[in-house]
Amino acid sequence: MNTHEDLGYISPYIPNTDLDRKNMLNKIGVSSIDELFKDIPDKYRNPNLNLTKPLSEFELKKYIDEICSMNIVPGDYSCFLGGGSYQHHIPAIVNQLSTRSEYMTSYTPYQPEVSQGTLQTEYEFQSLCCLLTNMEVANAGMYDGSTSLAEAALMSARINKKSKIAILNTVSPTYIEILKTYTQYQGLSIYMIEENQTKLEDDTTCLIVQNPNFYGNIDDMNKFADIAHKHEALLVAYTDAMSLGMFIPPGDYDADIAVAEGQTLGVPTSFGGPYVGIFTCKKKYIRQMPGRIVGATEDTKGNTAYVLTLQTREQHIRRENATSNICTSVALIALMSTIYMASLGKSGIKHIAELCYQKAHYASNLINKIPGYSLLSDKVFFREFGIICPRPPKEINKILLEKKIIGGLDISDKVENGMLISITELNSKEEIDLLVSALSEIK
Amino acid sequence: MNPKELKYSKDHEWVKTEGNDSALIGITEFATDSLGDVVFIELPDIGTKITQFEKIGEIESVKAVSDIFTPISGKIIEQNNELINNPELINNSPFEDGWMFKVENINTDELDNLMNSDEYDQLIKE
Amino acid sequence: MNTKINDINRKLLMDRSSPGRVGATLPPSDVPKQKLPPDKYLRENINLPELSESELVRYFSKLSQFNFSIDHNFYPLGSCTMKYNPKINDEIASIKGLSNLHPLQDESTVQGALKLMFELQNSLCEITGMDDISLAPMAGADGELAGMLMTKAYHLANEEPQRKKILIPDSAHGTNPASAAMAGFEVITLPSDHNGNADIEALKSSVDETLAGLMITLPSTLGLFDTNILDVCRIVHNAGGIVYGDGANLNSLLGRVKLGELGFDIIHSNLHKTFTQPHGGGGPGAGPVIIKDFLSDYLPSPVVRLNQKDNSYSLYSPKNTVGKMGAFHGNFGALVRAYSYIKTLGEPGINQISQNAVINANYIRSQLKDYYDLPFNRTCMHEVVFSAKNYKQEYGISALDIAKRLIDYGIHPPTMYFPLIVDEALLIEPTETESKDTLDYFIEVMKVISKEAKDNPELLRNAPHNTTNSRVDEAKAARNPNLRWSPINNT
Repeated sequence: MNTHEDLGYISPYIPNTDLDRKNMLNKIGVSSIDELFKDIPDKYRNPNLNLTKPLSEFELKKYIDEICSMNIVPGDYSCFLGGGSYQHHIPAIVNQLSTRSEYMTSYTPYQPEVSQGTLQTEYEFQSLCCLLTNMEVANAGMYDGSTSLAEAALMSARINKKSKIAILNTVSPTYIEILKTYTQYQGLSIYMIEENQTKLEDDTTCLIVQNPNFYGNIDDMNKFADIAHKHEALLVAYTDAMSLGMFIPPGDYDADIAVAEGQTLGVPTSFGGPYVGIFTCKKKYIRQMPGRIVGATEDTKGNTAYVLTLQTREQHIRRENATSNICTSVALIALMSTIYMASLGKSGIKHIAELCYQKAHYASNLINKIPGYSLLSDKVFFREFGIICPRPPKEINKILLEKKIIGGLDISDKVENGMLISITELNSKEEIDLLVSALSEIK
Repeated sequence: MNPKELKYSKDHEWVKTEGNDSALIGITEFATDSLGDVVFIELPDIGTKITQFEKIGEIESVKAVSDIFTPISGKIIEQNNELINNPELINNSPFEDGWMFKVENINTDELDNLMNSDEYDQLIKE
Repeated sequence: MNTKINDINRKLLMDRSSPGRVGATLPPSDVPKQKLPPDKYLRENINLPELSESELVRYFSKLSQFNFSIDHNFYPLGSCTMKYNPKINDEIASIKGLSNLHPLQDESTVQGALKLMFELQNSLCEITGMDDISLAPMAGADGELAGMLMTKAYHLANEEPQRKKILIPDSAHGTNPASAAMAGFEVITLPSDHNGNADIEALKSSVDETLAGLMITLPSTLGLFDTNILDVCRIVHNAGGIVYGDGANLNSLLGRVKLGELGFDIIHSNLHKTFTQPHGGGGPGAGPVIIKDFLSDYLPSPVVRLNQKDNSYSLYSPKNTVGKMGAFHGNFGALVRAYSYIKTLGEPGINQISQNAVINANYIRSQLKDYYDLPFNRTCMHEVVFSAKNYKQEYGISALDIAKRLIDYGIHPPTMYFPLIVDEALLIEPTETESKDTLDYFIEVMKVISKEAKDNPELLRNAPHNTTNSRVDEAKAARNPNLRWSPINNT
């Protein structure tokens, strides 16, 4: 019989002792642990496992410190990267509250009587997403903004049974890649349209726009809504949640489905995830919406209660006919965004959005004056803008790094010597001035 | 418990003929009992022509979805609008107030493909 | 009076809001004022709550107490692996050197993060006996989709577009058929035999030149190790199909068997189950897709590779990749936790997980089998399924009533009515992190409930009795969906 002594290691996460195990095996009526695994073919049972030796907490932390020392970390360096993930200040209460173990270590709220905490906060998330976007309904969250967009296209096709997806050519190429992944075997085709185009092809299910777009610019979206609706297609808008503190929300330009990346609302950049996708739409389309939805109802005593609802759309009931295979709502990250929105509130979201705008414009004006540099466009923008550099951005970023600056996003595959600069409230005037002076030294 | 005057399909729908041309259609009490609380039904638009035993819509309870197969061919001329706001009528009164839709241009010969109440009683006993 | 307290606790953010309150410190601008864009671009009004920080803390803290959680309760949810989530993992994941990294930084500036991902890739391949992996999928279902897309791409590359059929046992999670459908496959349900194994005869008669693959969960959601698994893999392979393994129940196999050695071609691992990313009330998770060599070119992007030349790590997009699953590189925060867990336990610690999980489940099985019907009376793996059908027949007590009564004893209900093939199913997964004491308490409670079902069935039908809410009206919620605060429906 295998014992801890034989194995020579006692796991801190396993409470049972050798004696416990012995007693339990007796009661089960077997003589060894191995007997419990006899259904596994002999030949393949108990293979050699080649893993490292266990590390104690302080050894692990030391090892992780070594790993971290191989990274250059925004915060230690000033950072001007955006491209769909943005560094904003996260108020202390976001982490303090969201890491309460009642939220962190609970499961999907399938048992409403013991999950009202999660359910009510998810209902709050849906409510605040609706208020922020001015859309009618929202779900409890998707994996991230990009998959929200892909699911929005699939949802459009379910609604109007059409098969072509039109994409405005200013949508992030990354999001288009993800859209392709999720739609590739669904019998849908994708085509791009130019900004000045007013016609869509026959059989177009939706027109996808991004506002602010990949290059940071904000457009008048009403004309795209008109184009889509004139062709009986849906308008699917990808928006930047933070920008809505200041700019027209998708509900006001008649978007049918609006999605956004929730990361910008209180979630660390964390090397790309986990984030949460915001997903909203017009109420009439609710039964085609993917993902989890929480609704208000009453308990048997007439008290207000919340519960997962419209579940027949979902995979655990409708299986291969479900609206999506998604089974998560990334509840914990949605909770972080909920607390963030509540914390900043009406005036705070506006304030932070305006700070981003003010600082980004301060920076763009200065960069535009550096000989050899120019702005990519003179359109309205929010916190990210394109510049044309005198040299390949790769070379510029290398030099900036020596000055403890993580430069902007290299988009030279789209625009010759193009770079996207993102500025948030975390970039101080001093940092911006340093960036400007560093750039002016690179000719 | 299953009304004598109705005809039944193996998919648990009932047909009530009104004259020789039109009929009301609903689902049986046995079906509503196994579905649980009905929350939503989806039917084709008025004017749609439907064929006996084809799948024409869906009925949803809180945790189940069932297909609706029409027990008879014809053209849909009316839907029970009460069900939009009160889908529980299907549970409370499956054979009366909970009717789902009305068709016309029926072919009464098709009724021979359906069961009478005794045969249906027998089916659900099994 | 109680109702009033409840009303106050349940009041929504917008109904707590008062104009002029602020919940966060708002920094002033440190740059000269810039020109605003034309009005037509600007939002006139935004309606969000206005609350002070102290009120928010009270509200969200109070709400949290309405949840059961692993840290507070025994949580034996079958097929969900609700095991203890080590605190060190959360601490490591929140270290600034990891959590502050931007996903689009130059690879040369994130070598540590890439090294961590690379080592996790290797560990997961070693544990499962597979060859290659992508950490990109952001949940179990996303891993399934990635695997199904790869299956599709593989058959198309071999010029076998007729392979459109995916076989899925009737005991499978709903995500399996949904994922297969999203990859454009037709789903065929495979029955289980009387031992709870996949029905071999049915399998044989369903395989032909249209077979794309089989999606199977091992051990099954009945908690049983399919004793025909080698035959199952052989039959599928002989027909030219791919064997896909849903790794939802991997916890019971750690160190006992490697799925790759049994013949699986693709699997996914739910890191939030087996490798302890906290479930967070329903995510985030991570669902790496782990595969045999011959499918490497189709892996979702990105994959981390080590360049032998200069010992540097880089993100790589496989030649015929099925694409990107999300905007960046997967749920890094979840990956860090899994890495921290595997590093902490090492080989001996990982080895002990399955042994203890399986002892615990069989202990419950042996102690309750005289009280609750066991549809499959054989040694189980990490979870055991009982049926409450006898209680239903004799006392009109359902699995739901039993599950809800457990709440009164401080225990989270087990998984109910799943798998679908067991009447009145109660699927119980204790996990290895529960002590014999806790199991004995659970067993005692289940015996008491069994007696209550006979003596006082109303007690069960009205359970739970001491929670914030009694049973809720789900039909009302679905009939008249109220999905958000609005000034009209919530005043």
